[in-house]
Amino acid sequence: MLKSRFSGLLFQLIALALSFGVVSLILISIDASPSEAFRNMFKGSFGEMRKFAEVLVAFVPLLLVTAGLLVTFSAGLWNIGVEGQVVLGAIATTWVYRYFLESDLPPALIITLAILGGMIGGAIWAAFTGILKVFGGVNEIFGGLGLNFVATALTIYLIFGPWKRPGVASMSGTIPFPDEFSLPLIENLRISPWALGIALIAIIIVFFLLQGTYFGLKLKAVGKNFRAAYLLGIPTWQYSMYSFLICGALAGLAGAMQVAAVYHRLIPSISSGYGYLGLMVAMLINYQAIWAIPVALFFAALNIGSIQLPIVMKLDSSLSGVLQGVLVLFALLVEGARQKFIKKGQNT
Amino acid sequence: MTQETIIIGLAGILAASAPIVFAVLGETLSERAGVINLSMNGTILLSAMGGFAVAYTTNNIVLGFLTGMLIGALVALIVAFASITLNQSQVAVGFVLALTCRDLSYFLGNPYMGLPGPRLQALPIPFLSDIPIIGALFFRQDAITYISFIAIILVWVWVYRTRPGLMLQGIGEKPAAAYIRGANVNLMRYVYTIIGGALIGLAGPAFSLASRAGWMGTISGLDGFGWIALSITIFGGWNPARAAFGAYLFGFLQWLGLVLQPVLTQVPSQVLQVAPFPLMILTLLLVNIGNAEWVDRTLAAMPERTRKFFAKLLRAMRASPPASLGVPFERD
Amino acid sequence: MNVELKNINKHFGKVHANKDITLNIPSGTIQGILGENGAGKSTLMKILSGFIQADSGSQIILDGKSVVMNSPADAIQYGIGMLHQDPLDFPPMKILDNFLLGIPGSFFPNRKEATQDFNLLAKEYGFSLDPENYVDSLTVGERQQLEIMRLLFLGVRVFILDEPTTGISAAQKEKLFTTLKKFPEQAMTVIFVSHKLEDVESLCDRVAVLRAGQLVGTLNPPYQTKKIVEMMFGKEITLGERKPANVGEPVLSFDNISLEDARLRIKNINLEVREHEVIGLAGMEGSGQDLFMRACAGLVRPVGGKIQLKGQDLSGKSYHAFKQVGVNFLPAARLEEGLIPGLSLTDHFILAEQPRGIFIDRIAGQRLAEERIQSFNIRGTPLSPIESLSGGNQQRAELALLQNPLSLILLEHPTRGLDIESVIYIWSKLKERCHHGTSIIFISSDLEEILQYSDRVLVFFSGKVSQPLDANKTSVEELGQLIGGKGWAEIGDTHA
Repeated sequence: MLKSRFSGLLFQLIALALSFGVVSLILISIDASPSEAFRNMFKGSFGEMRKFAEVLVAFVPLLLVTAGLLVTFSAGLWNIGVEGQVVLGAIATTWVYRYFLESDLPPALIITLAILGGMIGGAIWAAFTGILKVFGGVNEIFGGLGLNFVATALTIYLIFGPWKRPGVASMSGTIPFPDEFSLPLIENLRISPWALGIALIAIIIVFFLLQGTYFGLKLKAVGKNFRAAYLLGIPTWQYSMYSFLICGALAGLAGAMQVAAVYHRLIPSISSGYGYLGLMVAMLINYQAIWAIPVALFFAALNIGSIQLPIVMKLDSSLSGVLQGVLVLFALLVEGARQKFIKKGQNT
Repeated sequence: MTQETIIIGLAGILAASAPIVFAVLGETLSERAGVINLSMNGTILLSAMGGFAVAYTTNNIVLGFLTGMLIGALVALIVAFASITLNQSQVAVGFVLALTCRDLSYFLGNPYMGLPGPRLQALPIPFLSDIPIIGALFFRQDAITYISFIAIILVWVWVYRTRPGLMLQGIGEKPAAAYIRGANVNLMRYVYTIIGGALIGLAGPAFSLASRAGWMGTISGLDGFGWIALSITIFGGWNPARAAFGAYLFGFLQWLGLVLQPVLTQVPSQVLQVAPFPLMILTLLLVNIGNAEWVDRTLAAMPERTRKFFAKLLRAMRASPPASLGVPFERD
Repeated sequence: MNVELKNINKHFGKVHANKDITLNIPSGTIQGILGENGAGKSTLMKILSGFIQADSGSQIILDGKSVVMNSPADAIQYGIGMLHQDPLDFPPMKILDNFLLGIPGSFFPNRKEATQDFNLLAKEYGFSLDPENYVDSLTVGERQQLEIMRLLFLGVRVFILDEPTTGISAAQKEKLFTTLKKFPEQAMTVIFVSHKLEDVESLCDRVAVLRAGQLVGTLNPPYQTKKIVEMMFGKEITLGERKPANVGEPVLSFDNISLEDARLRIKNINLEVREHEVIGLAGMEGSGQDLFMRACAGLVRPVGGKIQLKGQDLSGKSYHAFKQVGVNFLPAARLEEGLIPGLSLTDHFILAEQPRGIFIDRIAGQRLAEERIQSFNIRGTPLSPIESLSGGNQQRAELALLQNPLSLILLEHPTRGLDIESVIYIWSKLKERCHHGTSIIFISSDLEEILQYSDRVLVFFSGKVSQPLDANKTSVEELGQLIGGKGWAEIGDTHA
């Protein structure tokens, strides 16, 4: 047991080293200095308070999405539709805001309602994937992907159609909401402590849900062995649906945060790819909730740090995505090699 | 609309669909052997960028296409190695590669953004291009579109009419049975995944050196085609001809969206462009619903005659994937 | 072709599946191989057909030449072909494609020529198959015919048939036997693996019997059924002390139940199981007993008839409804269907209990696990992942997961592959349950186990079900014969 944990750690370090090695090679191949690039990324994310606040802004939706995905992964489901669920959360939140635009209700209540609306929107969108899967036999990967595109189209339709800015519609999104509709931000920074708090609470709830409750245990049973779980008397397809709903609600919450705390309006790329990035985080942490916070923070830092690159080094900011992807890829490859290694050791 | 505009439009669909045709043919081959190559979206972007960059630098368009194929084959090799040799989930590895290759294409393609590069020119075939209608439709295209026509025929003939193709069908259906008939299942899976990957890799330059010439980074508008191609592969029921038909149908729907634009001014163009997706989901539903458990149960409860009717209907719509898709093969 | 097996040994991990088997099969004979499930027949045939390789030191000699076969394709090269019990063909493809697949030839197969070859061969053997038809529309018997034709076309000289008469009609069996009897004339060798005594007796020139991985002897006609059964199941028949069934109220009743799956159809079963009663289901694998058991659990819906449990009509109800009335089912595939790899023993016990509130009391769970581990004598810790336990301990864990009280326990091969200590222990636990009123229905391929622990026995053979037999008045020999399809006229089946 101890030995396998030790070898696991060792192999993970190998994966980390290999990833940085490969990305360095890529950088060298285009005549860029790896050390300078990594230094700039670090400076761009942790260099000053303002930048670290930006990291936290990215960290919030990423952590929420990861939290949701841990639930669907526990149930053995590949909820690739999470991206669309974020979008629908944002759309629903915007809809609630627009609905109460002229009302006299206290702003705090409206914000609460808007966020709840976002969760419901995300959950409904996830339910579509679930229904397609459970009752239609459509693999959640394909159903989810299709719905992602539909969600994006819906956003654009709303921005250019019914919700367009007075005058001319544009890619810059709907008209911004009044300030009192925003979750309170820290002065001079863009981060809302409320959003940060909600994200941290969400991951803690998910951690306990999966570790400490009957629900979580049953969910794991369904994910690990659908047939045996059924024979043990667990209502299997219902649990698949619950996991979709929970993940959808958390993804919707991420979308709601993007509207209520970051952009204060609906923009075309409201999800910023956090849904897909969340899948990567979940894979990298091997579906262990306890690692979600540091890894999501690291990924968010990479995203924000790389914004510097075009300005300072004339490199594209997608370097962060490359680094993240290579990391997860090597984590998978190295894990496969380790299992093969262990198996071989047992046979001889 | 005059007849001429319609014909030009249709000919345009054939050309614009060529990349998707390559992608679905490649994916069909790979999945026929039992390996899902989920990296397709990233592969197409990376090969589009790589193909363009090489063609631009060397001023050799053929080299550009070859680069695209090489990139596709290499990515497929990673998928094959991770899933066949290292026993990792095909879905996980494919998905990671889809994202990584996409970002890599944006990163490495940065210096080539918006450069005026080489582009395939139309290559009317003498005599044939003069045939009324047919000539304009099929024989005034560029080289890669001709190759896409040939590829459909070749892949179809390979799968359904040759001895190795027959074995390929067998490997996807029941690897154990193919094995006792002398197939080296895992080696063949490597081979077809890589060949399929090379075909998918051809899709990239078919965009960036032909129908959507140039490299525009994130605004190239290529992001998403790989996922579409994945659904079209299922729609095609793993039959190369039906898959190619799906690709053209998709191209037609997109064209229809553009044509209808002036008529439906309320609907933004981006919406019409994704209109095929709800249709795609619906087709997937029709194709898959026969596999759902409750359908079996409902059928069992029906009177004999109704049951037979519905069972027949479902069977006609159903596209069954190769039975071993995504399942590792180990001899005993 | 003359086939000589010399000192064949095969280990799977610790299991010694073939022990030093030496057997000479002369050219032009039909050799029968008999043995109960797990006797090592399949392993031996897989070795001979190149599917797996024997341990070093084992030798296969064909016509005097020692050969090494690394794959089934190699075996075909040497002229050895095998007909698998579940036909290894490609159902969604055409018959002609199935025929062509694996036959060497030109890059573009000449379909016209192949069709001619196919039809010619079919005519020679009197098979009527349309090459343009799809395999999934064929019966198992027809699929066998297709495989035989394919192997003949490949020039196979040694035919291995694994349980070929399971799942085919009487007429098809007749045809198969006629075909096989032609082979020796052409100096071909047939190896016929079966558990059906009648088939072996009527077809084979010689019979070899395997038991527990060893060759226990060979026989020549005329065969004495009694002798064969004795060899197959071992001589010592020890019946433990038995108490007469102290039966109570009816628990489960089957009223004219008919069951169906892709292979079998069982008609009009009538049965009443009472409190305290143990019913054993005997029969070779796939004879219908598994279907019967799944119907008792509510996992298979009968196509006709009425099921009552404790007086409630449960016909057409779901598995969960059956579970509500106190039916628990322990499937044979422990790690596939019964337990959840990746979860610990404690997790399993918590899952099987009624939840109390939302949060799991881990400490109570751990205590519960320790308690059960002790009372069921499981070698493992509360946190051991279930897959790390040995088979016997997994089985004990499954028993420990049973709810309490229960009206009916269904067990598939409850003691298969377990050491004797576990077997005795598990049955003592089950008997304890019976004592408190629970009924038990179990499937086993161990006839002694069936006679020892059941009150009544149902025998299954190709979808036929016997009348309940009194276990006290039945011997292992009688049971062995019934399983092999003999002696049914005397006892009659349920719908006779």
